[in-house]
Order: sequence, then structure tokens, then C-alpha cells
Amino acid sequence: MESFDLSLIWAVIIAFGIIMYVLMDGFDLGLGILFPFAPSEQDRDVMMNTVAPVWDGNETWLVLGGAGLLGAFPLVYSVLLPALYIGVFLMLTGLIFRGIAFEFRFKSHSRRWWSRAFAGGSMVATFAQGAVVGAYIQGFETEGMVYTGGAFDWLTPFSVLTGFGMMAGFALLGATWLILKTEGDLQAWAYRIAPKLLIGVLVVFGVVSLWTPFVDPSVWDRWFSNIQLIWILPVLALACAFLIYSGVKRHHDVLPFLATLGMFIFTYLGLLVSRWPYVVPPDYTLWDAASAPESQLFLLVGTVIVIPVILGYTGWSYWVFRGKVKPGEGYH
Amino acid sequence: MELDPLLLSRLQFAFVVAFHAIFPIFTIGLATYLALLNGLFFKTGNPAWKRLAEFWAKVFAVVFGMGVVSGIVMSFQFGTNWSNFSQASANFLGPMLSYEVITAFFLEAGFLGVLLFGRDKVPPGAHLFAALMVALGTFISSFWILSANSWMHTPQGTELIDGTFHVTSWWAAIFNPSFPYRLGHMLLASFITGGFVVAGVSAWYLLIGRDQLANRKALSMSLWLLLVLTPAQAVLGDFHGLNTLEHQPTKVAAMEGNWETQSGAPLLLFALPDRDIQGNHFEIAIPKMASLILTHSFDGEVPGLKEVPRDEQPPVWITFWSFRIMVALGFLMIAVAFYGLWLRRDERLYRHRVYLQTLRLMSITPFIAALAGWFVTETGRAPWLVYGVMTHAEGLTPSLTGGMALFTLIGYMAVYAVVFYAGVFYLTRVVRGGMLDNEREPDEQVERPMRPFSATHIPFDTERQGG
Ligand code: HDD
Ligand code: HEM
Ligand code: HEM
Repeated sequence: MESFDLSLIWAVIIAFGIIMYVLMDGFDLGLGILFPFAPSEQDRDVMMNTVAPVWDGNETWLVLGGAGLLGAFPLVYSVLLPALYIGVFLMLTGLIFRGIAFEFRFKSHSRRWWSRAFAGGSMVATFAQGAVVGAYIQGFETEGMVYTGGAFDWLTPFSVLTGFGMMAGFALLGATWLILKTEGDLQAWAYRIAPKLLIGVLVVFGVVSLWTPFVDPSVWDRWFSNIQLIWILPVLALACAFLIYSGVKRHHDVLPFLATLGMFIFTYLGLLVSRWPYVVPPDYTLWDAASAPESQLFLLVGTVIVIPVILGYTGWSYWVFRGKVKPGEGYH
Repeated sequence: MELDPLLLSRLQFAFVVAFHAIFPIFTIGLATYLALLNGLFFKTGNPAWKRLAEFWAKVFAVVFGMGVVSGIVMSFQFGTNWSNFSQASANFLGPMLSYEVITAFFLEAGFLGVLLFGRDKVPPGAHLFAALMVALGTFISSFWILSANSWMHTPQGTELIDGTFHVTSWWAAIFNPSFPYRLGHMLLASFITGGFVVAGVSAWYLLIGRDQLANRKALSMSLWLLLVLTPAQAVLGDFHGLNTLEHQPTKVAAMEGNWETQSGAPLLLFALPDRDIQGNHFEIAIPKMASLILTHSFDGEVPGLKEVPRDEQPPVWITFWSFRIMVALGFLMIAVAFYGLWLRRDERLYRHRVYLQTLRLMSITPFIAALAGWFVTETGRAPWLVYGVMTHAEGLTPSLTGGMALFTLIGYMAVYAVVFYAGVFYLTRVVRGGMLDNEREPDEQVERPMRPFSATHIPFDTERQGG
């Protein structure tokens, strides 16, 4: 069946786009969260410089996520955005402030306000994104393919917890990124905070994992039914956590960051598995949410050709700016 | 009082999209200008072109950055406030917007860095290539988004089945009847904007006697351009109007303030249209002119607003006045461009202070004209979201309450006020500090990360004593 295949392909593409966004914008949002705690003003400059060349492209993946959903799974777009109305607004204002702070802080002689805008914007945006994950696990109240819940249904103790969990997770990504990209005092600081953040992340992940089955019994069924293979995902995530820990202990520059990426990927896959094939939980599957086959096909043709090219030049720009960033060294 | 989520959502959409539009209107023209300057430098090696290119790249960086931030907001507006509309039209709009992201936004983002910072890092040819790619990105972006918008005005190639649009012909839907006119009119508007801003800034530099050589070149170049583009815009606008007459007669009736369908309709120079009395106050009119313009015959028939029931009439006075503002400014621009030609005799152009001052003031007019044009287009479509098929009310998010909409409307206004203030403040500094000592870092303390805005290294606020 043609439409079956197309929706599945699109589910994979969108899932890929979302994890790209989470990983890429994750570490630069994480830097914003760590910003106020950095040892010195000069370190803050370095922190910003480490992500400055790539920050812009990272955020474009978010736009792709939004537009791609509208194109391939419009129901997700038209239920989630109304349901998360206030949360989306908070996220966008966070991203705006953070964006312009990025730009203006370096031009400014009194940097305090722009530093605050950068940190505050990053924190709000991250919290909102984490709360969205929580709200997603909870599911949405719909009737006849339309969201019927209230403005604050998404904001529950559970989603607050996932919001803070996301902040801890992104902060960890930010810290391990700093280990990778910096040296000296700043790197030493990052080595010190990484284990603490890791503990925080593990605690939240633990609580969320135990709590989730109570939020929605179908998730419980998924994990305790007969498909034991999926338990490999949390096991791999924990293995990554261990690698982060040992990488930090052995002062290995690259390993902690890679392992954190791995931890995010496996947790994300675990989340997908929990809900599969529901994309607007609890009622609609990805086939219910799909746009018309001719639309999915029309978009697929171009996407398959263009995405590899995009990945090509994104990879190239990371390559151009590889290596450690030193204090006082901006990109010219 | 009950808050109306529909009205508030419309206000919010109009506000955020108009705010966003200001930046693309400028960047599309400027990106092409930058590519041109880089091309001229590449070919001739004349350092004046390079100085101009470097200066305008700084301005471009700021404007482009603001366009990106406000654009990200736009891509979520459809879902948050118009979810029924999104759901219904996703089969067409979804692919359009997605194609815009993958073919335009990534292209712009990918080559922007090289354009702004890469002059010394890559071979000159590669740098020029980057400039061309960024300009191309802005065109591709306009192509998709204006096709999507035009389809909402003149829907074709789609079929409504159970409340959802299905595409029957991609070609017909993408190249819908109003699209070529809208794309052309909008791109010309962008070039005109670029032209007048460059002319205005160069005129100002000439007035204060800065970098005469480069600025004379820039002024002369943009005036030649405007001499061609401004009349072309009026002609294209006329065709655009004829096309609208064919497909959206009610909109034309609102633009003309014409209530009764009549032959030999007069052209209203002034009037206060009033939907309550279904007529105008204080008309000043030229007899038969509207018929002449719209049908190219004195006795041609012009449709009237009363053809449709009252609740299907657009908010006439906004459409009517926005149209007049746009056209009046359009003719003013033509006049200014032609006066420049007159002044070219014996080089008076570069010394005529009143004219140079006028050019300075003119740099804001294309923005006003273009926004007014969008107000004509969009209010004239009301109450339809997709013309003749779906109204604003039907497209609204069902779960949206007045309180939520009011909260975000105020929120966006507050946030954008800050962004706009910071941006304008900073742009003014870029222009003030411009052309003078381009080569030198004004302040060694100020780092430059490789980000759009950071191509400019002018301090954001004034240096504090002892700081
Ligand atoms: C005719 C031109 C035009 C129009 C009518 C619009 N835009 Fe736009 N937009 C552009 C032309 C443009 C651009 C020239 O391509 C921008 C301006 C600055 C920039 O970065 O790209 C841009 C930026 C931009 C971005 C940021 C891109 C990035 O991350 O790099 C988004 C998400 C949107 N736009 C979305 C929209 C939406 C949803 C619109 C419809 C209501 C819209 N734009 C109207
Ligand atoms: C870029 C320049 C644009 C400007 C300045 C602009 C301006 C406006 C204005 C003033 C309205 C309000 C009309 C009214 O409520 O009576 C409006 C409505 C609307 N426009 Fe545009 N528009 C632009 C581009 C677009 C594009 C490209 C799209 C879609 C692809 C679009 C989609 C809409 C929609 C969905 C509405 C209905 C919501 C509302 O009435 O406020 N607009 N626009
Ligand atoms: C001088 C004579 C002009 C005429 C006769 C004219 C005509 C028109 C018409 C009829 C429309 C509405 C089309 C529709 O929605 O169906 C329109 C829209 C518009 N105009 Fe003009 N125009 C003129 C000048 C200008 C100038 C100088 C600018 C800007 C620099 C401009 C920018 C726009 C824009 C941005 C729109 C909205 C987008 C669109 O529908 O194309 N116009 N114009």
C-alpha cells in the first residue's frame, strides 16, 4: 500500500529532523543555561564563541520540524500547537531574546543585560521544550481531530518535571561540549560540573521512567508486553551515562560529548517506542495524521535530494570551525 | 466584555507578519545589490566597490538577523491561531512551506557565513559565489511563500473534499492566477526598497562629505535603477489590478470605494467609505476615470460592493486608504527618480542639497508603500481566508480563547518593541560609523563571533567613562 509506506518514510524523516534539532540546538541552549554560573566574564565570551559559527544553522532544523509536520502530518501540527499555545509562545520569546542577545552582547560595553537575556531566553526555551515532551507523553484531549482541552492542560507536575529534566540534559550537553571545545580553567570547570549534571539528569530520567506508566497505562503495556528487545534502549542509554562518567574521570576530551549525544539518542528512541505508532497520543496514529499521499510524495521527492546536500554543507561548516577556542579569539 | 479570539488573532497575525515583512522587503533587494557589488569588484578590482560591499554587508547582517528571528515566529502562527485552516489546507501549504525551508532557508544560512566573514578565508570566486547563493536563497524563499499566499487569494488546482483541500494539479496550484503578478510586484518592491535606501544613505554621506567617490557611484547606480523600476512597478501594478478585477471583484470594489456596480465609474481621490451607510462621505472624484483605468474604456463596468451581502464585504476604508497611500507613494517615487535624471546634467546631482535631503527622507517610503500594499491585498480578501471557500472564522483554532489570544498579542508587541528598538538603534550606529574607517577595528575590546550581526563591529552602546 503506497500511503502506508510514505507515512512511514515521513515518520522517519521527521523523527530525524527533530533529533537533529535537539542535539544541535541542545548544546548551545545548554551553554545559555550554564552561562550565569561560568567562572568569569571572559569565559562567557569564550562560551559564546564556541557556538557562534554554527548556532544559526542549528535553529533552522526547528523551522524544518514545524514545516515538515504541516506537510506530512498536519494533524500533529494542528493539534499540538493549539494545545501548547502558551508554551510555544514562551519558547519563541525565549528564542528571540536569546537570538538577539547573541548578536548584541558582543557589541555592547555593558554586557550584563544581554547576558541575562541570553541566559533567560535559553532557560525559558529549554524548559518549554521539555514541558512539551511531558505534555506529549500525557497525550491530548481531542474530539473529531480537533484539540478541545484548555490553555494550561499541558502544564502539570509531570511536564514541569520533564521541563527541568530537559534543562539538566541540555546543560550536560553544554558542559561536555565545553570540555570538547575549550581548555584551561573553563575546561576544568566544565569537568567539575559535568558529573553533577549527570547525576541530576539520571535522577530525573529515573523518576520520569517510573512515573510514565502511571501517566498512561498504555506505555506500561508497551514496556511490559512481550517485545523485550526494546529494553536494549534504556540499557544503551545507561551505558552511555557510564561512558560520560568514565570519560570525565579520565579527562578524555571527546568521549563525554559523544556519549551524551548517545544518551540523548537512545532516550529519544525509547520515547518514540513508548508511543509508537501514536503521533497524537492517545487517539491518533501516524496514518490518521498523515496528509494526502500525493502531498507526501510531492514533498518527498525534493526532500530526498536536498537533505543530503544540506547535511553536506552543515558538516563542512563544523569542519571549518573545528578545534579548541581560546580566550580572546573570536572568529573573523 | 467578551474578548473576541477571532479579532485578536487577526490583529496578532497582521502585527507579526507585518513586522516580519519589513525585513525581507529590504533583504531581498539588498542581497542582490551585494552580489552585484561583489561581482563588480571581482571583475574590475576597483576598491570603491569593495568598500561599498563591505559597508552594505554590515547593514545586511543586522536586517537579515531580524528577519530570521521574526520568521521563526511566523512558521508557528498558522498552527497556534489558525489550526483549522492549517489542517484544511496542509496538503498544499505544507509542501510549499517545507520546500521553502529546505531549498531557501538552509541555502541562505549555509552561505551567509562565507559572504559576511569569508572574504579573506576563501578565494574571491568562492566569495562571489556565496553572495550569489544568498541572493538566490531570498528569491527562492519569495517564490514559495508568495505562491502559498497567492493560492489563498486565487485558489486553483485544488479540490475541497470533506473539509480538506486536495491538490489535483500542482502546476495549477503553484502557478495560480495571481501568483506571477504578486511575485513580480513584490520583487520589484524589494528592489525599489533597496534602491531608495542605498540612494538615501549615499545622499546623506555626500551631504556630510564622506567618501565622495564610492558614494557618487552608489547614488548614480541606484538612481539609474530606480528610473527603470519605479515606472515598471506602476505598470505591473496596473496589470495586477486587472487580474484582481477578474478574480476578486469585491476587493477591487473596496480599493475603489465603489458601492454600486456601474459603468463609467468615477475615480475617487478622497472619500470616507462607511459600511454602515453602504456609501461614502465627502467624495472628491474624477468622472469616469476608474472605468478607464480598470477596463481601459470610459464606459466600462466596475463591480460594486453591494454585489455581495454586507457580512461578506471587506473592511472597506482600510483597503481604500491603503491603496491610495501605496499608489500616491508610487507616483512620488517616479517623480523623484525622474528629477534625478534631470539633475544629472553637469553633475548637479551630487551637489543639489535639497534633492539629496529629499532622497534621505525617501528611503522610508518604499517600506510604507509595501506594507500598505499588503494591507490592500489582505484586508481586501476579508472575510475570506481562502477566497470564496473558507472564512477567517472557519479557519480559527477552536480551542483558542480571547484571553489566550490577548496574552500573546500583548506579549509579541512587547517583545518586538524591544527587538525593533535594539535593531534600529544599532543600525543607526552602523550607518553613522559607516564608510569612514572601514578597515580599522573601532574597539579592540569588542570581539566578533561569526554571526550575522557580528559582521558589524560597532559597539552597541556608547562607551562608558572608565569602562
Ligand atoms: C517575499 C518575501 C517573504 C514573505 C512574504 C515572507 N517571508 Fe519569511 N523570509 C523571507 C522572505 C519572506 C526571506 C527573505 O527569505 C527571509 C528574510 C530574512 C531571512 O533570513 O530570510 C525570511 C525569513 C523567514 C524565516 C527564518 C528562516 C531561517 O531560519 O533562516 C522563517 C521561518 C520565515 N521567514 C517564515 C515565513 C512565513 C511563515 C511567512 C508567511 C506568513 C513569511 N515568512 C513571509
Ligand atoms: C509579507 C507580507 C504580508 C503582510 C504585510 C501581510 C499583512 C496581512 C494583514 C494586514 C492581514 C490582516 C487582514 C485582516 O484581518 O483583514 C493579513 C491576514 C492574513 N494573511 Fe497576510 N500578509 C503578508 C503575507 C502573508 C503570507 C505570505 C501569507 C501566507 C502564506 C499570509 C497569510 C495571511 C493569513 C492566514 C491571514 C488571516 C489572518 C488575519 O486576517 O489576520 N500573509 N495579512
Ligand atoms: C504606482 C502604482 C502602483 C499600482 C497601480 C499598484 C497596484 C497594486 C494592486 C492592485 C495591488 C493589490 C493586488 C491584489 O491584492 O489583488 C497591490 C499590492 C501591493 N503593492 Fe502595489 N501598486 C503600485 C505601487 C507600489 C509600490 C511603489 C510598492 C512598493 C514599493 C508596492 C507594493 C505592493 C505590495 C507589497 C503589495 C502586496 C502584494 C501583492 O499583492 O502584490 N506597490 N499593488
